Amino acid sequence: MNAHVILSAEDIRRAVRRIAHEIIERNGDLRSIVLVGLHTRGVPLAERLAGAIEEFEGQRIPVGTLDIGLYRDDLAQIDVSRARIQPTEMLTDIEGKNVVLVDDVLFTGRSIRAALDALTDFGRPAAIQLAVLVDRGHRELPIRADYVGKNIPTSLNEDVRVLLQETDAEDEVRIEKPEGER
Amino acid sequence: MRREVSPTGSEERQAATTTLDPQPAWSRRHVLDLDDFSAAEIETVMETAAAMKEVMGREVPRVPALRGRTIITLFYEASTRTRASFELAGKSLGADVINVAAGGSSIEKGESLIDTVRTLQAVGADMLVMRHPSSGAPYLVARNVSCSVVNGGDGWHAHPTQALLDLFTMRTHLGSVRGKRVVIVGDIAHSRVARSNIWGLTAMGAEIVVCAPPTLLPAGMRVGANGVRPGPSDNHEQLALPRVEVETDLDRAIEGADVVMALRLQKERMTSGLLPSLREYTTLYQVNEQRLARAKTGALVMHPGPMNEGVEISPAVAHSLQSVIEEQVTNGVAVRMAVLYLLGRGKA
Repeated sequence: MNAHVILSAEDIRRAVRRIAHEIIERNGDLRSIVLVGLHTRGVPLAERLAGAIEEFEGQRIPVGTLDIGLYRDDLAQIDVSRARIQPTEMLTDIEGKNVVLVDDVLFTGRSIRAALDALTDFGRPAAIQLAVLVDRGHRELPIRADYVGKNIPTSLNEDVRVLLQETDAEDEVRIEKPEGER
Repeated sequence: MRREVSPTGSEERQAATTTLDPQPAWSRRHVLDLDDFSAAEIETVMETAAAMKEVMGREVPRVPALRGRTIITLFYEASTRTRASFELAGKSLGADVINVAAGGSSIEKGESLIDTVRTLQAVGADMLVMRHPSSGAPYLVARNVSCSVVNGGDGWHAHPTQALLDLFTMRTHLGSVRGKRVVIVGDIAHSRVARSNIWGLTAMGAEIVVCAPPTLLPAGMRVGANGVRPGPSDNHEQLALPRVEVETDLDRAIEGADVVMALRLQKERMTSGLLPSLREYTTLYQVNEQRLARAKTGALVMHPGPMNEGVEISPAVAHSLQSVIEEQVTNGVAVRMAVLYLLGRGKA
């Protein structure tokens, strides 16, 4: 298999801290911010961002989780027999808040479109921003990220694999070229 | 039919946090009974139902997961909660739901079951939820249509979504049902709820006790001629049900129970000579406070509804803090959402 590392654990740590600073800078009033992580790997990333913001500013930002499975428009295309729906937890009211959606990889933009649909079912935020660890291009919708850990130009036959301590027992981002690996 | 039950599968599955399972946990087109469900499949339904319960708690309890799909409910028998909860479940997922009752449709003009379902398929049904007084009717339908079929109760045979919602309710309170003592008391012989629960609970590793007067036990489950020999069911092969503990004395059956599930006693049992009198049944088989005291502290009280309060269950128990009967109805919507979603997703 042809794989190479594009972000090390240290790179990921730095990117998360930089994005945390950017979120603080952009939003000013911390009480207006709610972080919402998209299952699966957006959730630990949102938690890390909240941790970093608390470390810098001494204030805890609420974190919600969102599963967009019920909002997807591409279920017919993916192998749904394996997809599972995970619990959505929106513990805080997002009405009038600045919501920062957090995901690991921004690719076609379809997950984010589904997430925007899902969010509007919970209320009307003042603004919705998007933070991603990796932007790999190839958008199919007019969607862009406000905060990006790293822009990685990729070709369509490559796979971007984000591994996080919380879900995969290590921190690393790799590009993989599918050969024998399914 | 025997099937494999993996005792460890469920725990391993829960530990996994990835979005994609290594193995597909769901690939069926119909839900007719739980007799061929693996623990992993039931686990998938439970997990999905938990997510659906969150959707139900929202201010706008509606998601577009099944937008553009048509669900038709076809009920040849009376029903309040099953039909209403399937309808609500379908609508909460964004599907179009059409209800067809036997009375008032062409069935009254003599249209056969097969012709009726073919017509419903021709008008565009993607999923058919049906209830029929004849055991096996949904199987016949499933063989003759290309849409998905969900059994909403067939004769004495099966009521899979009821058993799934019962399991979901038990798990909400007990965590896992593995090794838990579940007592099902009442008219086991004529109960599709009991049969589907026996399959589902067995797959998930619960310890099942059925309790009824000998005349209301299925043929293969009858205990000794004098009706006092308790023990495991004989002839369970002939019965085509998993082995369960059979007990005709409710006081003994309820001893140490984690869950006590009472079944509705149908009035017609009285006239068919199966019971000497309602009073005798009530005296010997009613789940009341004294009997419940023999179960574990805080044991769950369940009933699939509709209840005959004062017959199979005393009003005090039915409305006690231990009763989760109303919760069963609410969970029924979430579980039916899960079943409809798992069957309907992915099909364009």
